[in-house]
Amino acid sequence: MLSQFETLPDALRSRGVRRRQFLKFCSAMVATLALPDRYFGQVVAALEARKRPVLVWLEFQDCAGNTESMLRSGHPTVAETVLELLSWEYHETIMAGAGKQAEAVLDRMVKEHRGEYLAVVEGSIPMGDGGVYCTIGGRTALDIARGVCGAAKATIAVGACAWDGGLVAARPNPTGAVGLEEAVPSVPVVNLGGCPHNPANTAAVLVHYLTFGEMPALDQYNRPLFAYGKLIHDQCERRAHFDAGRFVQDWGDEGHRKGWCLYKMGCKGPEATFNCPSVRWNDGTSWPVKAGHGCLGCASHRFWDTRSPFYERLPHVAGFGVDVPATSIGMGLAGVVTAATVAHAVGSAVRAKVRPEEPEPPSGEGAGQGPAGA
Amino acid sequence: MPRIVVDPVTRIEGHLRVEAQVEGGAIADAWSSGTMFRGIEIILRGRDPREAWIWTQRICGVCTTVHALTSVRAVEDALGIEVPDNARIIRNLIAGTQLVQDHVIHFYHLHALDWVDVTLALKADPGKTSQLAESISTWPKSSRNYFKAVQDRVKKLVDSGQLSLFASGYWGHPAYHLPPEANLLAVAHYIEALEFQREFIRIHSVLGGKNPHLQTYLVGGMASSMDANEPGATINTERITQLRELARSARSFVEQVYVPDVLAVAGFYKDWFGRGEGLGNFLAYGCYPMGSIKDHAKFFLPRGIVLNRDLTQVHPVDPANIAEYVSHSWYEYSGGDAQSKHPFDGETNPKYSGPRPPFQQLDTEKKYSWLKSPRYQDQPMEVGPLARMVVAYASGHQEVRTLVDGVLAKLGAPPAALFSTLGRVAARAIETALMARHLEGWVNELDDRMSHGDVRIHDGRLWDPASWPREARGFGTHEAPRGALGHWIEIEDKAIKNYQAVVPTTWNAGPRDAKGQRGAYEAALLKTPVADGERPLELLRTIHSFDPCLACAVHVADARGNTLAHLQVD
Repeated sequence: MLSQFETLPDALRSRGVRRRQFLKFCSAMVATLALPDRYFGQVVAALEARKRPVLVWLEFQDCAGNTESMLRSGHPTVAETVLELLSWEYHETIMAGAGKQAEAVLDRMVKEHRGEYLAVVEGSIPMGDGGVYCTIGGRTALDIARGVCGAAKATIAVGACAWDGGLVAARPNPTGAVGLEEAVPSVPVVNLGGCPHNPANTAAVLVHYLTFGEMPALDQYNRPLFAYGKLIHDQCERRAHFDAGRFVQDWGDEGHRKGWCLYKMGCKGPEATFNCPSVRWNDGTSWPVKAGHGCLGCASHRFWDTRSPFYERLPHVAGFGVDVPATSIGMGLAGVVTAATVAHAVGSAVRAKVRPEEPEPPSGEGAGQGPAGA
Repeated sequence: MPRIVVDPVTRIEGHLRVEAQVEGGAIADAWSSGTMFRGIEIILRGRDPREAWIWTQRICGVCTTVHALTSVRAVEDALGIEVPDNARIIRNLIAGTQLVQDHVIHFYHLHALDWVDVTLALKADPGKTSQLAESISTWPKSSRNYFKAVQDRVKKLVDSGQLSLFASGYWGHPAYHLPPEANLLAVAHYIEALEFQREFIRIHSVLGGKNPHLQTYLVGGMASSMDANEPGATINTERITQLRELARSARSFVEQVYVPDVLAVAGFYKDWFGRGEGLGNFLAYGCYPMGSIKDHAKFFLPRGIVLNRDLTQVHPVDPANIAEYVSHSWYEYSGGDAQSKHPFDGETNPKYSGPRPPFQQLDTEKKYSWLKSPRYQDQPMEVGPLARMVVAYASGHQEVRTLVDGVLAKLGAPPAALFSTLGRVAARAIETALMARHLEGWVNELDDRMSHGDVRIHDGRLWDPASWPREARGFGTHEAPRGALGHWIEIEDKAIKNYQAVVPTTWNAGPRDAKGQRGAYEAALLKTPVADGERPLELLRTIHSFDPCLACAVHVADARGNTLAHLQVD
C-alpha cells in the first residue's frame, strides 16, 4: 500500500526545499537524539528512502495543549510534518472532516492498515463508571484506544495525562482516569511526559523510529533516555548560583533580577529529569526557569501530586545527598558546597544501582535517574 | 424527520457532539452536547490557592493562559491584592498576544476549511492568484511563482494519494463558492499562518518560559523579573527589542493577511450575514485593565450587556446575576433541577443518565450534556468576540466603531449584519486588528517604566499564607478569546475550599435550561440550510463561527464538599 506514495526528499524537492535544508533538518535531529555524528548518514538515508508513514492522533480527556505544542514545532515545522514527513490522517483538533467522515478514517486504519500506522495519544482515559466521562462518536475513549492503538505499528503517549493520567488523575481522581499504558496494557507505549510534551523530543522520536525502525532507548517508565535521562538541576543555567549559594529570596528581588537560583522559591529542578534546559521551548526560545519561575517537575511521574505544593521548598536536594539539610543551603559555605557537588556524582552513581525495578511514583525519580541512567 | 449527528465536531478544542433535526432542507431544531468531563474543580479542593492558576491553566491548552490569569485575579480579589503596574501590563501583553494568535489559528486552521475548498486550489491560475493577492493587500509574498510553488505542493500531496489532514474534507460540496484563485490564496495563507503563529507566540516563551502553559504567574504579580541591564532578568533591554519585533510582526500579518483574507472570503459568502443569528443577547465582562482591576470604566474593552440586538442601550453587568442550570446536564441539584445556582452557591453531583456507550443518539428530551447552562437574570447570553465588539460598538468605543464601520462599508452590510455567522467571523478579525495595534504600545510602556527604574513585578506582602484571614472568597474575570470568563474561589485555612469556573463555551454551547430556552449554539443553528445531510458543512460553519472550546466548558464544583457519587450506568 505504501509503495504508491512519494518519498520524503521527493516531497521536499517538489516544494523547492533544497538538499542543503533537508540535510540541516537531519543534522538537527541527530543532535536532539544525542546520536554520534556517524549516524547522520543513516538518518539521511532512512528519510530519503522512507515512504510517508500514516499517523493518527487521538485525543481523550485532554486540554489539547499537546496538540498546540505540536503546532509550535520548529524542526521540523508542523507544515513539514503534516504535509511532507508523515501523512497525518486523523487529528480532531485540526483535521478537515468531522463526524462520520472523521470516524471513517479510523475505521479504515484499523481495517485496512492494521500494523502499518503510528498512533499518538493525548489525554487520559477515564475507567470509572463505564467510561461515560469521555465519548467520541458515541464510543468510549477506552474502546477507541483499544481498537486503534491495538492495531497500530507503534504508539506514543504525549503529555502527562496520556502517560500516567496527569492532572485528571490527581487526587481524588473523580473519573478514574489513567494513562494509556494502564488502560491498554497489551499495547507497548513510548511515553513522552511533560505538561505539555516538548515537540522537539516528539519529532526526534518519530525520526528515530523512521530511521532505525525502532524506538530510542527507554527508561523504566518507557520514556526515551535522551530526553528524560538527566536531572534538570544538572543542566540548569542557574546551577552556578546554586553552587555559590546565591538564591532568589523574594519575587522581583535583586537575585531574581540577576537570574539567581530559584530553589528557595519552590523549584523542583533538583528532583526532576527532562531536557528542558537544553532543548528549551518554542524553537529554543526559553524555558520556565530561564523565564524566572521555578520548575514544576512536569515531566516527573504523577507530578501533580508528587511535586506539589509547587511553592514549597524541596526538603532535600538530590545533589546534596542526605547529608546536607535544606536549611543549611545558601549560607555561603562554599567549601561545603564544593564537597557536596563531588558527593553528588558519587551519590548518583550509587543510587542508580539501587534504582527500583518497578515504577515507583513519589520522589524516587530524581534519585534514580542521575548520570548513570543516561 | 431525519436527525443529523455530528460527533466528533472537529476543528475545535475538545469533544462536542451536535444533533440536529432537518426539515425542508434547513435545521428545525438542534442540541449541543459536551461529551467529556474531568472534574478539575474537585481536584483543586484542599490545595494551595497560590498554585490554583497552574492547575486551572490546564483546563485548556488552546486558550492557554486565560484560566491562569483569571485564577490569580480570583485569589487576589479574595485577599484584596492589587498587582503592581508592571505586572498588570505584562498580563495584558500576554493575554493580548494570546488573543491575536488564537484568533489567527481559529480563522485559518479551524474555520477556513468551511469556506475554502482545498482541492479547487489546483484549478487556480497562479498568475491570477497573484493579481488577486496584490489587489487586496501589500503583503510581499504575492508573486506568481510563490503561488505556483504552493499549488505544486498541494498537487504533490493530492497526487500522492495521501491527503493527510485534508483526507476527509467535504470537497466539492455545493456550498463552497470561492473561485479557484481565492482558494489557492487561502491555502497559501493557511500554511503561512502556521509559521506565523509559531513565531509570534515566542512572546509567551520570552515572558513565560513556554507556550502552551506559560509558567510565570504569581498571586500578587508576575515572575518575569525586570532589569534593563541584567542579562539574567526575564525582561531587559534585549528582550524588549525582541518583544517589540514580534509585536510588529503580528500587526503586519493581521493587517496585511488576516483582515484582507476575511474581507475577501466574506465577499463571496454574504448570504451568511443573514444566517446563524442566534440569541441576540450579548454579555461582555470587559477586560485589559488600564489601571486598577476594579476600575471597569478604564478597561480597554468595555463591560456591558446588549439585549435583543438593541445597539442603542448598554446594560450594566452584575456578576451576582449569574447562575447555572443543570436541567439538561448530567448533574443533579439537591433542591431539584428546576432552580439555578450562583457560582458561590454552586453544587454539582454528576449523574450520567445518557445512553450506555456505544450509542447512536442522545435522548435530548432529558439530560444530554456535561455542560451546564449559565444564564444572566435567567436569560441565555452569547459571549465572545462578537459580544465584545457589539458591546464596545454600542458603548461608543471610538476605535471599535471606526473599525466595524470600515469593515461593514467594505462589505456593503448594515450593523445588523453583525448578528450572524459571518458577523462572528468579521468581529473576530476586527478585534484581532484592534489588539495587534496596541501590543507594541504595551511593550513600549513596559520599556519606559523599566528605564525609569520601576522594576516592581510582585507585591509580596500577602505571599505567605500565614498572613491570610481564615476565610476569604473572591472572583476574577477576563475576556478570553472565546468570551466572558469568570473564576470564583472560596478559601478556608489557607486552602481551596471551593472553586468554580464559568466559561465562555459553557455560555455558548450549554444545553437548554429549565424553561427550555436554548443556548447560543442551539439558537444559532435554527434555520441553517443543510444541502446534504451526509455532509453538513453549513452546520459546521455556524458552530465553528463561535470557536468552540469544550475542555473549558465542562467543569464541576461542589460548594458542599461532597465527593462524587459513583454512577450507575444501565
